[in-house]
Amino acid sequence: MSVASLAAVEVEYPGRGKALGPFDLTVEEGEIVALVGPSGCGKSTALRLLAGLEQPTRGTVARTPGRGETSVVFQSPNLMPWASALANVALPLELDGVDKAEARQQAADALARVGLSGAVAAKPAQLSGGMAMRVSLARALVTEPKLLLLDEPFAALDEITRRDLAADIHLLWAETRPAVIFVTHNVEEAVYMASRVVVMSAAPGRTFNVIQTDPVLPRPPHFRTTLEFRSAAEAISRDLAASMGRAA
Amino acid sequence: MNRAVADIAAPLVLIAVLLAGWEAACRIMEIPSYFLPAPSEIAKAAVNSAPILFMSAWNTLFMALKALAVASVLACGVALVVALNRTLEKAVQPLAVALQVTPVIAIAPQVVIWAGLAHPERAIVALAVIVAFFPIFSGALTGLKATDPDLERLFDLYGATRRQRLWRLRIPSSVPFVLEGHKVAGGLAVIGAVVAEFVAGSGGAQGLAWRILESSNRLQTARTFAAVIVLAIMGALLHAALRYAEQAILKRLRGR
Repeated sequence: MSVASLAAVEVEYPGRGKALGPFDLTVEEGEIVALVGPSGCGKSTALRLLAGLEQPTRGTVARTPGRGETSVVFQSPNLMPWASALANVALPLELDGVDKAEARQQAADALARVGLSGAVAAKPAQLSGGMAMRVSLARALVTEPKLLLLDEPFAALDEITRRDLAADIHLLWAETRPAVIFVTHNVEEAVYMASRVVVMSAAPGRTFNVIQTDPVLPRPPHFRTTLEFRSAAEAISRDLAASMGRAA
Repeated sequence: MNRAVADIAAPLVLIAVLLAGWEAACRIMEIPSYFLPAPSEIAKAAVNSAPILFMSAWNTLFMALKALAVASVLACGVALVVALNRTLEKAVQPLAVALQVTPVIAIAPQVVIWAGLAHPERAIVALAVIVAFFPIFSGALTGLKATDPDLERLFDLYGATRRQRLWRLRIPSSVPFVLEGHKVAGGLAVIGAVVAEFVAGSGGAQGLAWRILESSNRLQTARTFAAVIVLAIMGALLHAALRYAEQAILKRLRGR
């Protein structure tokens, strides 16, 4: 059963012309899909449509309408600088009217799941980039969403931190198996994270190709060194270059 | 370490050199004290009148702080109401600017009459409130509108109500701007109070401005200078205190 879909959506911005489309995308329950494309191809726009933060100029968006059923992890941790990690994670529940003590308890559990039970009282400025991103992830998971949208969440992190976080996202995903859409311009992250990779063309973004990768999630150790990983990454890189009108 | 010492010593040395030059010039040219007192005479006057200067400084400071408190409540309240309604904001903005660009001295005589000649301190506080209002209002309004667009999007995503957005996003976002506004307003409140004291020009509110007027009228020029110096020190201390409070609150808020 599909959790959310975009059908022939097009987005036009006044003065900037067409940013996306026509573009189709359907996400099945428990599936992890990666959107890969050159900068400005409209992949973040597609994510905002699915989050309900933007409306398409044409086409239809089907999404889970309930509060907290769709969560987003943005490019930056996007935390309230004046609030503790606990208060930041409890926010979605408290906005939904959950009793404060109950919300804080669930937030503490969510922080423990991302390995931050020791940083409950810390303010965002006291956290490292990777820890702040984990708080952001805990906030996205605290409502137990059906659809989790990740908008280049590793962009500002160093290689070791991003690999740790990628593996942890898979472990967390395995607990409740939400559908995940992962936007990135990093080909190897896409192959690692998702079992289906949608390669988009340059703006206005359209589907250039869809590549199925190894369906086993979470990834086994040393997955990045396998031939399968390498060949999938090469295939996507070739598609990406071709979609921008260049030879690989 | 050496650099820190130099940073503190440099202005002190400059002041010492200037004072020495001033002292020497007064003595060599035998300038009469009522025309330009030497620094040593000003120091003597300051010590002799210390209790009364201190009392007067406290009176002026107290009126300025009262004005700052009233301005704070008024300005934050109006900014909050105005921030919720665009039409109201458009309506209030020109009035607030008009209030800011009107020199306080131009309206002071009338305010003194309204307050009643028997209550100059009321007029002084009211005028200081008028001067202190704008920076706080402007800071609060800017802060209430300066929310992080990404956090706005997060609140959109979770379907926050207007009320939740106000209490959980806009008011906390405005705090640094409000604090900055108070810091500016503190200095202005002192200036407003002193200007108003000059206009009130009576001994009814015995602030520093009254001491300056009184000494000047009696040709006690050294005492006039002493009062001006006390005023400058008081202003600097108030500014330092407000800056310290601002930093302490922000540090507490952000955890760093």
